[in-house]
Amino acid sequence: MKPVVNDPQGLVVADALHTLGYPEVRGARVGKYIEVQLDLVDEAAARARVDEMCRRLLCNGVIEDYSYTLRRGVR
Amino acid sequence: MPVRVGIAVFPGTWSERDCQHAVTLAGGEAVFLWHKERTLRGCDLLILPGGFAHGDYLRAGAIAAFSPLMEEVKEFARRGGPVLGICNGFQILCEAGMLPGALLRNQGLQFRCQPTHLRVESGQGPFMSQLPVASVLSIPISHGEGRYFADAPTLDRLKEEGRVAFRYCSQEGELGSNHNPNGSVDAIAGILNAQGNVLGMMPHPERACEPLLGSADGLQLFSAVLPQLVSR
Repeated sequence: MKPVVNDPQGLVVADALHTLGYPEVRGARVGKYIEVQLDLVDEAAARARVDEMCRRLLCNGVIEDYSYTLRRGVR
Repeated sequence: MPVRVGIAVFPGTWSERDCQHAVTLAGGEAVFLWHKERTLRGCDLLILPGGFAHGDYLRAGAIAAFSPLMEEVKEFARRGGPVLGICNGFQILCEAGMLPGALLRNQGLQFRCQPTHLRVESGQGPFMSQLPVASVLSIPISHGEGRYFADAPTLDRLKEEGRVAFRYCSQEGELGSNHNPNGSVDAIAGILNAQGNVLGMMPHPERACEPLLGSADGLQLFSAVLPQLVSR
């Protein structure tokens, strides 16, 4: 969620953490985690494709930001 | 010849029969359009009804926005054809980029199914032109993700251009956070595109089409738009 978007789920989570004895929690934001497996070996190509996937479908740019990490897997 | 009204059906749509009933009451002929179709079969008006297209997976409306039918819907709207998105249909219109902004989880994190009052805020376009501005309609909501959000510049533009269609209000038409069921920014319940021919709204007018259902105010919306299409 972009910082400008109110996240009531995050507020409830932060509240619960305070209740559990974590006063140092200044805030919490609830996001989404998506794993995508690619059949690509070239890292630059993978980045270009993943960026495009994020922009077109995985992330709604009106309300969400995205970041990702690439990990080489085994076939 | 009655006006042909196309009602889009996606896997998970649940309000298409209610919309069909409303269209019939308003004197139109309803035609169901499956999401994989690439034709609108000569319809004069399109409705994207409520439900949970594709199970709301990823984000509500995100997958449906890429349906083959939506390409036709976009082209229809570009040519000025009237398109009404209700609830999940509104979410689809936003995800498809046909309306600005997005719909988020309700402020209270709960699904809300209840009567609401809406104040008519705009007289633009075929859907709004027959509804008196500032009049109050009683139309229910039924959604978990209906909190309208748009960034500040977009909101300013919507307000300047008279594109806020409905706001949640009291029975007397007053605004206030206790009349806003989902925390929508500026109590926005529905918006128009720049041309005024695309309306997206979270409340369900098709569920307020007969006094027996608690209100017949929703029928006004269908009754207002259909005669305009007969004369086209």
